[in-house]
Amino acid sequence: MLAWTLYLSFFGALAARLSPTKSLARVVALLTALAGLAIGVVTLLHWQPGEFLTVTHVTWIPQLGISYYLAADGISLTLLLLTGIAATAGILFSWNIEHRTQEFFALYLVLIGGVYGVFLSFDLFLLFVFYEIAIIPKYFLIAIWGSAARDPSAANPGSQREYAAMKLALYSFAGSALVLAGMVAAWVASGGSSLSFDALAAFHFSSHFQMAIFPLVFVGFAVLAGMWPFHTWAPTGHAAAPTAASMLLAGVVMKLGAYGCLRVGMMLFPAGLDPWGLHVLGFGSWRDIFALLALIGIVYGASVALVQRDFKFVIGYSSVSHMGFVLLGLMTLTQIGLDGAVLQMFSHGVIAGLLFAVVGRMVYDRTHTRDLNALGPMQLARFIPFAAVTFTLAGMASIGLPGFSGFIAEFQILVGTWRAFPWMTAVAGVGILIGIAFTWRALTKAFFGEPTPGAAEHALPPITLPEKLGALLLLASTLAVGVYPRVLTDLILPSLNSPLFEGLRKGGWR
Amino acid sequence: MNPVSYSDLLRFTLPEITVALAGLLVLTLDITVLRQYSVRRRFGIAALVGCAGCLFAAYRLVHTLPPYSLPNGMFVVTPLTNVVQIALLALAIFTILLSTSTRITGHIGEYLALILFATVAMMFLVATQNLLLIFVSLEFLSLSLYILTGFHKQSRQSAEAALKYFLFGGMSAGFLLFGMSLLYGLSGSIELPAIAAALSGPTLDPLLVIAIIMVTIGFGFKVAAAPFHLWAPDAYQGAPTVSAGFIASSSKVASFFVFGQVVILGLGSAAGRGAFHAYVPGWVPVLCVMAALSMILGNLAAIAQTSVRRLLAYSAIGHAGYMLLGLIAHTQQGSSALLYYVITYALASLGAFGVLGALEAEGVDKLADIAGLSRRAPGLSLCMLIFLLSLAGIPPLAGFFAKFYIFTAVLQAEPHFGLLWLVLLAVAMSAVSLYYYLRVLKQIYVVDGGAEPRPIQTPVVTRFTLWVLAALVVLLGCVPGILLRWIGA
Amino acid sequence: MITLLTLLPIVGALVVLASYRSPQLARIFAMVFAAAALVLSLLFWYRLDPANPAMQFEEVHAWAPSLGMSYHVGVDGLGVLMLALSAIVVLMSLAASWANKRQGPVYLALVLLLEAGLFGTFTALNFIHWFIFWELSLIPAFFLVRLWGGPGRARAANLFFLYTMVGSVALLLSFLALFLATGRFDFIELAQLAQSGQLTASLAQNLHWAGSPQHLAMLLFWGAFLGFAVKTAVVPFHTWLPVTYAEAPSETTMLLTGAMSKMGVYGFLRVLLPIFPQQMRQALTPLLWLAVATIVLPAFAAWAQKDLKRTFAYSSINHLGYCVLGICVAARFTGADPSLAAEKSAALTGVLLQIFSHGLTAASLFWFIALLERRSGGLRGIDDFGGLRRIIPVFSGLMSIAIFASLGLPGLNGFPAEFLIFKGAFPLAAWATSISVLGLLMTAVFLLTVIQKVFSGPVNPRWEAMPDLTTAERLLLLPAIALGFLLGLYPQLIGGMVHSTVMQWVTGARL
Repeated sequence: MLAWTLYLSFFGALAARLSPTKSLARVVALLTALAGLAIGVVTLLHWQPGEFLTVTHVTWIPQLGISYYLAADGISLTLLLLTGIAATAGILFSWNIEHRTQEFFALYLVLIGGVYGVFLSFDLFLLFVFYEIAIIPKYFLIAIWGSAARDPSAANPGSQREYAAMKLALYSFAGSALVLAGMVAAWVASGGSSLSFDALAAFHFSSHFQMAIFPLVFVGFAVLAGMWPFHTWAPTGHAAAPTAASMLLAGVVMKLGAYGCLRVGMMLFPAGLDPWGLHVLGFGSWRDIFALLALIGIVYGASVALVQRDFKFVIGYSSVSHMGFVLLGLMTLTQIGLDGAVLQMFSHGVIAGLLFAVVGRMVYDRTHTRDLNALGPMQLARFIPFAAVTFTLAGMASIGLPGFSGFIAEFQILVGTWRAFPWMTAVAGVGILIGIAFTWRALTKAFFGEPTPGAAEHALPPITLPEKLGALLLLASTLAVGVYPRVLTDLILPSLNSPLFEGLRKGGWR
Repeated sequence: MNPVSYSDLLRFTLPEITVALAGLLVLTLDITVLRQYSVRRRFGIAALVGCAGCLFAAYRLVHTLPPYSLPNGMFVVTPLTNVVQIALLALAIFTILLSTSTRITGHIGEYLALILFATVAMMFLVATQNLLLIFVSLEFLSLSLYILTGFHKQSRQSAEAALKYFLFGGMSAGFLLFGMSLLYGLSGSIELPAIAAALSGPTLDPLLVIAIIMVTIGFGFKVAAAPFHLWAPDAYQGAPTVSAGFIASSSKVASFFVFGQVVILGLGSAAGRGAFHAYVPGWVPVLCVMAALSMILGNLAAIAQTSVRRLLAYSAIGHAGYMLLGLIAHTQQGSSALLYYVITYALASLGAFGVLGALEAEGVDKLADIAGLSRRAPGLSLCMLIFLLSLAGIPPLAGFFAKFYIFTAVLQAEPHFGLLWLVLLAVAMSAVSLYYYLRVLKQIYVVDGGAEPRPIQTPVVTRFTLWVLAALVVLLGCVPGILLRWIGA
Repeated sequence: MITLLTLLPIVGALVVLASYRSPQLARIFAMVFAAAALVLSLLFWYRLDPANPAMQFEEVHAWAPSLGMSYHVGVDGLGVLMLALSAIVVLMSLAASWANKRQGPVYLALVLLLEAGLFGTFTALNFIHWFIFWELSLIPAFFLVRLWGGPGRARAANLFFLYTMVGSVALLLSFLALFLATGRFDFIELAQLAQSGQLTASLAQNLHWAGSPQHLAMLLFWGAFLGFAVKTAVVPFHTWLPVTYAEAPSETTMLLTGAMSKMGVYGFLRVLLPIFPQQMRQALTPLLWLAVATIVLPAFAAWAQKDLKRTFAYSSINHLGYCVLGICVAARFTGADPSLAAEKSAALTGVLLQIFSHGLTAASLFWFIALLERRSGGLRGIDDFGGLRRIIPVFSGLMSIAIFASLGLPGLNGFPAEFLIFKGAFPLAAWATSISVLGLLMTAVFLLTVIQKVFSGPVNPRWEAMPDLTTAERLLLLPAIALGFLLGLYPQLIGGMVHSTVMQWVTGARL
């Protein structure tokens, strides 16, 4: 039944495109997204601990040993749930799109379908196909419906969002090109008999091969995950994208990259993380290098967010910082760190969606400015208090306040980091502090500014019902996981202990 | 001397004969009977006759049971050649259908006849293993293509393109012939397998090296690989759109196939290796250089183009580079990868040119002209999207699987991973290519085309053909097994 | 049961927000929920077994066992005291806000959320869970100051937030280190480890620290101390308090001084004393100096203030200083020497009494200031008034009672508390206690000055028409005043309840 999340998305896209009216397109899109979420939740309720669910396994291209293999383990299910939540919320927040509505929702649903496909694929070729399918809708979503540039008075505001869209598409494609190279190499090295994950995970690639292929594949996916220094597409792209697209981009698509890092890079080529036996500039393995890059991303993202004038860029850079946590958690190679990393994928997906929803849909669509200094005098807390409250809660979740999902995730990552790279824990902690600072700065500047004396007051349109529903959905998700994290950790931990991750575990987690 | 059974010969050459006859029939009909009808009527009837001929030929091919060969390898029928010939016929049918909407000329019969004759030439080209017959067919093909290029009498660009094509072609034909004669001299035979047997030896004769270079120059020109590509941008831009499409699709299929035959069958022993650590002189390193140059030059130059046709031309050069990878692998898998790639490339390329042809009436060539096309012609835009994304290598379209297949073939060739550098280059250039294809799509879908979107009318036949091509591209991408089975992967 | 108590104000906040459109209804709901919370907390008081020193009404649920996090709540004598105090102060604050139209449903909801945070903090026994509520009480307080405060509210709120955050971070880091060393977050378990001396041993074993584990333990102690010290406004971490108390609306200041400042002292008692007894002993002299400074310096500073709210703010710091003195002194010989048990128990009992009494008194004082501000149009300078005794006699009388309670007049609630603290502290730390007497003296001075300048003296003609307390206000204030007398005359009411807990600390058995 899980495969229907995928099929329904594509059918829904077609139906939305062919809808005669805009409202019908919206309804179709919402129903499709809700169906996907419902399927995910039902699967969660029926889930047995440690289960591995094979959805479909048919031969596709026998000449190359490629099969159409859809399956889900706990980690996949976590991310499928995230996709369902983010998709539904995104559609609710796009309810007001009037320009080429049917095409918007069609492209959005194709993107969702591609994302579902990646999380469900258990064949490397199939995963790659879905990964690439997701690239083109992203481009069009940003290029056609994106929000105007930092400087709305620029000569051609469209050109800036086209630039952002092209940059995002090319970076994603470049990353996937690296993965393609790795995939082809893996196929050849394994004898060309199969590209399914269980076959590849069980195959013993030579450690020399793994050490060469692992960075290729990891960097390829990490580009999409926003790893420093390949992250520059992210703030520009997220800021230029329309709200729903940036919610999905920061919320889910970046997680595609992280998921790929884990599922393809680390699960299939675990020896790539082993020490080289020699030290170059203080690094002894790819693990050291990527952990350091992740750490730099955490601090850099937070620091740059602290000095931004554009509200959306603050959130964009904060996404880079939070994804740094994910990657750091992955590199700890401890059970608790990996659990925290997957949990952070979920948590940040929801929280980033919430932040972009407030900034893009609630604030920007009403005030038509993203400049923090301009927003202050508009007294947003007074005119759209719902937005102020939502952003406060989202900000608290974002800084990792206990009670929200981010706390457990970041805490686990920090514990894992302490066991793996003790000194990095302190630096990551500094990153969190900077995170508190920039969140607080953005919150007070944007929502709690003082009105300029003598200026006229402009009331803002109230928050609509779809926006409230979307915000409540996201808030409920992050609170639910924050208060009862076991709902997800019970999925993730058994998957980490499954035979697929044997190579990474090497007998027992550290 | 084997006695030739004429009835067998007739049976096996019936497809070619049918197509030739169809061409002659079209010519005759058009000159005599159809002169008084409207252009549309003339095109319709002539196209009908031409397609009928091709369909009959294809039917015959499906029901023919190879193998069959004439002495000296003059005419060799194998299951593989049957498949390629069917593909060529299909492409010819599509081309004919697309050409029915052309209004650049009144010489309808001649136009269609030339297409059919070119098809015959290509069918012979792929079915022979005899150097002389290869050359004859190649020249026959080239002549038809030169004329097709210059068919637009009122256009200076068309004439210029045809002249450039002819001059380049003539010169390269000279190179090819010289190389072939050297091969004959070295081996004492004009039959490919015999040449292969005679040339096998540990060291490479200097004369053989020259022969290899000459032959690759000749064929390199034909497939528009760098550095022999200079004719391609002008030809693609100046020629009437359908002719350009025909050159880009069918002749590529045939040329690559025969190129493959010559180097793999004929010069297999002189292959050499292009691997990074294990260099052995031969034609493989030469092709490696050509492939690398084509990929780099084709993709980088396409970025700067403002004319859609020139962009497609440079991208064709890039694709020729990818296809050369299949030859470089020179394994069974490499050859089937090459065939898969070139056939799907031909479909997408013909489709792209077909869309451009449908827009020709609106005077569209520059990128700026197609702004906002998605509002004026949503169906055409969608087809163009499918074709361009397939060329870019986006799944689930055919172009993606083709690239994947060819990369695996190259890496799997001995020594394993020896040609990794070439694959990495190919992957990188493939990433670059997305940029310029997206630019075209951006013009179509993103950019606002102005206040009033005037819908564009396309004839039913053209639309039908384009949809069939698009459907094939999608189908072959989702279920590549269909084609793979036939080309004997 | 405890969970129910903590959830009650949250539900109340949601209900209040839902009745957004009718402020009067929202007010009623808020009072109802606060009253219900008070009844429930008094129920705990009533049902608590005073003879049993262990935690009662415990609830334990596993939350994230791999990380040592569990939902563990429970109360003992200290716990029920804090719960009762919080409930009373919140109810008082809401009663004070009744007539203030500016403080609408959102304000009331925030107050209720703050109450939930307080309840959670005072009942949690696992660090993470406790820390969640510690931080959660910060958020409503921040908004209460930021949105309803006076002209300098932006700076005040930011200062408040920053200081508390820095303290919290230090606290968090210390406990993270403890967790990494011992794998536990539970207060009770950590206290047991500390008692048996294993804490330092675990630190040495599991944390790769270059120096000696004693130094590390000391560092962790100071980190945790910082967190609580900021909250309690121990000098020199107190600078946020006068500004915040002054800029916050007086009704909110009631909450801040009545309940929130007690969170810090609670932290000292529940967390620092049981888990770091050795470190407290080792750091005793600096701690005593800090306590003395907290007692003496703000008393002098209060004398110099012109703004009544600042005066009482400094007075609050001073009163809490006594608590710190009492705790530090009791730490001196915790568990070891049975001969000083009487003194220690006196000091600690005094601390607990002072917590309750000061909470009650300070809340009442700020309530009075709120009432005064409403009548004077926002003015609250000490020189703005004069001879109010003759104009609004009832008001003056009741406020004077509250001031005398703050002073420590026998018969009122302040006296037993301060007396016991001094009685216990003098034998244990004579020099500190002697210097602290200065604080007592100065308190008397500035408080009497307030009475003299505001209530006595020549009548200020400006306020001739000032209305006295309405019947409603009198009825609302009377319970607080009466409670003050009750505790002053019968402190055993509280003392009996907390006796076993205090003995627990004194003998150092379990907590």
